[in-house]
Amino acid sequence: MRLSIDHRTTYRFSEPQARVVQLLRMTPRNTHDQIVADWHIALDCDARITEGQDGFGNATTMLYIDGPVERIDLSVTGEVVTSHSDGVLHGTLEPLPARLFLRDTPMTRADAAITEFARDVLGEEPGTVAALHRLNRAVGERFTPARGRPEAGLAVADAFARETATARDLAHVFIAAARACGVPARYVSGYCDRHDGDRPAPHGWADAWIDGLGWVGFDPMLRLSPEEHHVRVAVGFDSVGASPVAGTRMGEGDECLDVAVNVTREG
Amino acid sequence: MGTPAFDEIMGPPEREGARGELVDLCHWLQATPAEELRRRQEAAETTFRQLGITFAVYGDSDASERIIPFDIVPRIFLAREWARLSEGLIQRVEAINAFLHDIYGERRILKEAVLPEDLILGNAQFRPEIAGIRPPHDVWAHICGIDLVRTGPDDFFVLEDNARTPSGVSYMLENREAMVRLCPELFSQFRVAAVDSYPDMLLETMRSVSPRGCGQNPTCVVLTPGHYNSAYYEHSFLADSMGVELVEAADLVVDDDVVYMRTIAGRVKVDVIYRRVDDDFLDPLVFRPDSMLGVPGLIAAYAAGNVAIINAPGNGIADDKAIYSYMPEIVRFYSGGEAKLPNVETWRCREPQALKYVLDHLDELVVKLVDGSGGYGMLVGPTASAAEIERFRAALVAEPHRYIAQPTLALSTVPTLADAGLAPRHVDFRPFVLTGSKGVKVVPGGLTRVALKEGSLVVNSSQGGGTKDSFVLMDDAKAMTQTMGGMTQSIGPDGMVQTLGGADLTREVR
Repeated sequence: MRLSIDHRTTYRFSEPQARVVQLLRMTPRNTHDQIVADWHIALDCDARITEGQDGFGNATTMLYIDGPVERIDLSVTGEVVTSHSDGVLHGTLEPLPARLFLRDTPMTRADAAITEFARDVLGEEPGTVAALHRLNRAVGERFTPARGRPEAGLAVADAFARETATARDLAHVFIAAARACGVPARYVSGYCDRHDGDRPAPHGWADAWIDGLGWVGFDPMLRLSPEEHHVRVAVGFDSVGASPVAGTRMGEGDECLDVAVNVTREG
Repeated sequence: MGTPAFDEIMGPPEREGARGELVDLCHWLQATPAEELRRRQEAAETTFRQLGITFAVYGDSDASERIIPFDIVPRIFLAREWARLSEGLIQRVEAINAFLHDIYGERRILKEAVLPEDLILGNAQFRPEIAGIRPPHDVWAHICGIDLVRTGPDDFFVLEDNARTPSGVSYMLENREAMVRLCPELFSQFRVAAVDSYPDMLLETMRSVSPRGCGQNPTCVVLTPGHYNSAYYEHSFLADSMGVELVEAADLVVDDDVVYMRTIAGRVKVDVIYRRVDDDFLDPLVFRPDSMLGVPGLIAAYAAGNVAIINAPGNGIADDKAIYSYMPEIVRFYSGGEAKLPNVETWRCREPQALKYVLDHLDELVVKLVDGSGGYGMLVGPTASAAEIERFRAALVAEPHRYIAQPTLALSTVPTLADAGLAPRHVDFRPFVLTGSKGVKVVPGGLTRVALKEGSLVVNSSQGGGTKDSFVLMDDAKAMTQTMGGMTQSIGPDGMVQTLGGADLTREVR
């Protein structure tokens, strides 16, 4: 499947900023199941741009923007050719051992309720394909999909207590539950051409480690394993670690962020 | 505690009179009236107060506004003792460097199952964010402070490794300066290795690890969290004595993966940063996204190989308490030999046999929480009540993996000026070890901490601890062969000999 991605991010600052430095994790890598045919990161202002890689193996882009800057338009466009994979990852860059991803973070720390839920669903053999698919469905069915942008900094225990959840929160619940039962799990940020929301956003799902099989993707929003509809971009312990942009600015005032994502199938 | 201890001047408990090589010091102590010693000690403390040397050594935050008491009686290492100790320190620091290089690279030590994988991967001090980055010249732990205790002439044990931002070196320097000024006669009696070249050694270390391609004159800076930090004096002192800029995060800017310092004359490229800030506050884009401290882009510059960060980010995994008990295995794995400098014997209660031993000997051991700090969750068996011991027994049985146990050691003592005159007091020691691209050097001196309360083993400044100067004696023969050529100062294997007043050692040796 050939997916065309158009991801636009606009920052507007209420006061001019003296300087902006951003770390982007916005470039997908080639794997056996996704070939990046074309990819561009473009800015509407002068900036020094450098390419790198972080400890998790994500491709990174540093942006160094001199002020005064009141607005940044960041446009990421490209085409990725995906193939059918049953959710099992092949050919991803994995510089870190899977068991590292048993570690929790403030946003993915399971509380008693999540742990109990995880034990109920995952049962005696939590690290198996069947158990993790059960978890994926159970997480997806538990919540009404939420529209709009995820609430910044929402911890998974608070998200779990709600009735609606964004894709990010669903992935966090899946991750926290898997880790609570000793299954390594991580957050994946990327794109998907099947979104229910009326306002498309970057998508997020989870990977879980299955001994003998490797990393397997689970998308609780779709209640399926990611397929050729998904483009993986970055992984991390949670959505913060895998987030498309980490930024700092030097200057007063507020910032207003606008994100528009368009994923279309080409033929 | 009443345990007979080895006295570093007077010798083992059963011995009469001072240790042979130190008779002169004993004579000096006898010949100098206590009142005179006290006068000099007060003079030293007055100077420290005026300089504003207030520290939180080893993270004692409540010590920030106080000076730490200074004791006028030095502690002395003989040349041969020091030589042996140095070998052990070098081996240990080389192993720490090799370990960090491996753990953030290939992770051979995990693949070969020398360490349990979870010990590293589950430890918050292992920083995956910087995995795969190789620091310039592959040096990670440029400045190590290895905390030691001693129980006999050659019996040293490592209590703790400090491979992040060990502090206290300015004590070493200021204590020495005070001693040279107040007790000059000691420096004519003893051939004491100089420590005042430390800033030069440190600068040389920094320059040696500058990224390739930055020329003969790399720009080095000291990065401080600012003057509210309790060790700010040390930061400014070191920057000053090295003749480099002292900067705060806001003074640094990263552009195009290159670090610059803002100056009145414009941006100046920075090649080497001796940072005295924690990893968490280095770069908000990589660590602690909620923190607005730090230098955005610093890790990108580091990953691109454009700046050396001293010590390297991620070093906490080498000196973490949970790792400590595995240091003998770590040293063996990377050096191929047994550790020359042993750990304090440690029982890991996660291991069933060790747990059994600990439960059987609770009244003799110190039991500690692996992740505890500040003395919480600690049992000192010999002084604990029966109820406390039973409480710990229950805790150990319930969660053995959270505890380690160690014997109570008879820490060495050094005569110390107490209210009623000279009396033995327990000491520990933090030598400083520098690693540059040309190898590892042990600074011939260090920070001696002394428990000023009688019988106390607690040297923490927040709990009545003080400091002493630490003399490392030179080997006469070695010094002599290197003092030819009409130099007025002799250079020995461990640094320069201080010569003072009429006591011209160069002439004396000839």
